Formats: sequence, C-alpha cells, structure tokens
Amino acid sequence: MKQLTTPVNSNDHIIGNPNAPIELVEYGDYECPYCGRAYPIVKDIKQQLGKDLKFVFRNFPLSKIHPHAFSAAVATEAAGLQDKFWEMHDIVFENQKTLDAKDIFAFAGQLGLDIDRFRNDIQQTSLVDKVEKDFETGMRSGVNRTPTFFINGQKYEGEWGSGQLLQYLKNVLAEVPTI
Amino acid sequence: MLPTETIAPDFALYSTPDQKLQLSELRNKKVILAFYPADWSPVCDDQMTLYNEMGKYFSRYNAQLIGISVDSKWSHLAFTEHNKFHFPLLSDFEPKGEVARKYEVYDEQTGECRRALYVIDEKGIIRWSYLSPVGINPGADGILNALEELDSVKLIKQ
Repeated sequence: MKQLTTPVNSNDHIIGNPNAPIELVEYGDYECPYCGRAYPIVKDIKQQLGKDLKFVFRNFPLSKIHPHAFSAAVATEAAGLQDKFWEMHDIVFENQKTLDAKDIFAFAGQLGLDIDRFRNDIQQTSLVDKVEKDFETGMRSGVNRTPTFFINGQKYEGEWGSGQLLQYLKNVLAEVPTI
Repeated sequence: MLPTETIAPDFALYSTPDQKLQLSELRNKKVILAFYPADWSPVCDDQMTLYNEMGKYFSRYNAQLIGISVDSKWSHLAFTEHNKFHFPLLSDFEPKGEVARKYEVYDEQTGECRRALYVIDEKGIIRWSYLSPVGINPGADGILNALEELDSVKLIKQ
C-alpha cells in the first residue's frame, strides 16, 4: 500500500482537531470536476466527524488540462497569508467554472482581503514553490488522479462518491483505541 | 516482462503522421516506455494526463517519457491535441502490437497493450519495469524512485 511520503507538517493547511485520531489528506486540483464533486462530500465528512478529524488539503494542479488550476492554488496560498486559506479554498471550489484572474480578485474582495497585498503575494515565487512542492510530494506518494486521499498516512484506494469515504473513516475511527 | 539488465529491443514507430521515432536515437538519455491499453480513457484519471505534468521532473533525471499503444497515428494525433500532451505517443499499429510483443506486454485477449512501464538507461539497458493491473493507473512514484536510484548508483560508481 502506498504511503504519504511527506508527513503532515507546519507548512500544511490544517483544519479540524490537530490531535484527532483521523488525519485525512486530500491532494486536489481546483479546476478538476471530480474534486469539485468531492468538495461537498469532504465538507460533510468534516461536519460528521467533528473533533475526530484533522483535514489537510495539498495542491495537485494538473495544469496542462486545467489552465486555471495552478493560479487558483496560488490564490488560496496568498489568501492563506491573510489567514483566509480555507475561505478561499471554499469559494474557489464553489465557483470552479469561473476562475479567471478577474474572478479570483472578485473572490478576494468578497473575503475582505487586502487587495494590494493579495496582488503582490500571488506573484511571490515562494507561493509558486509551495504549490509545486505539494505537487512533488503527491507524485512521490503515488498520487495518480485527483482527488487522491490519504488516511492516517495510507493511500485510500476505494470509491468516495456516495458515502463510501465517510463509512470507511467511521470504520477506521471504530478501530482506533480510545485513550 | 523482459528482465532488467538486458538490452531494450530497438524499434521505430510513428510518433506523428509522417515521422518515426527510433528508440536508439535516444541513447544518452534515459527513456521511460509507458505501454497503455488505449487512447481516450477518462481524463482526470488518466495516466498519460499525469505524466504530461511531469516533463520537468523527468528531465531533471535526463529522462524522456514515451507512451505506446496500438492506436493509429491519427488517433494519437487527436488524443495529443485534445489533452495538450508534451511528449510523444507512438503507434504500435502495423504490424499490430509488434513492439508490445517484443517487450512481452501485449494482451492477446483484448488486442491491446498491457499497462506496463520500462525504464531504460542511457546505454539502452532495461533497468526497471513494472506491470500494473490494467484498471489501475500506476502513478509516477515508481518511475521517479527508479530514476533517482539510477542516478545515485552512477554517483557511487564515479
């Protein structure tokens, strides 16, 4: 079974309980329709599992087929510098068919970001590097499609489209020894 | 599959409607041969779509990726344009599957290539191979590990 080669670390965007018994990592592409379909599913999982879940999103933009995916990923990282990573992540997935530069700036406005700073930040090579680094860790971990999920460091090979992922996580949770 | 440490059989196949690519032209480069069943599989899932993103990572190891299937050069042309591929797809079309047979990855039942990978070194020697279950995209981690290991072995020998 394939493993997450780069463990979750301080460079990651983490939401939920940092000490949760379940760690779910998604490698995703903001313009990928499958990731768009997974977005509400993951959102529901976050709600259902609550404090039992730590969720991490890493970028895996397939830029050659999704021309807006990389810039959208950089935009979420730039929003992250203003503590709005997850807000941007959500708004981008909710509008994944309209991800031109003007749309991205409109989202930034809606989120109340400092636009001048945002405009400057999206041009930072450090953010481009961050997105590329995510991609690289994904490649090395055997990511072969988007979305790809890792659960407590193990690649999840099952279906996720209609409740299977939540069920699987619940089963994992049932087997975690309670402390 | 052919064993590692043997010479990769040479071949020349159409890479565009009017141009053939010969394996031995790529000496001094590592070559990743990716045999796959058919053009036009679903996009986000697709192995070739993933490899298309990886050109710059492969080139760090002085490696060139080549896709091979039994589809015609015209299918490859349309498939390449549709997905904006930046690497050659070779057409093992006439005689059908001849190269796949040489590499022991032809599936007689389906008449397609199996999903198989070979990494060939700069001297034309097979150094790594992998046969994937046909429905599973093998990803790129195995290839990258193989390329990395080849480079590190070379460093030790120098």
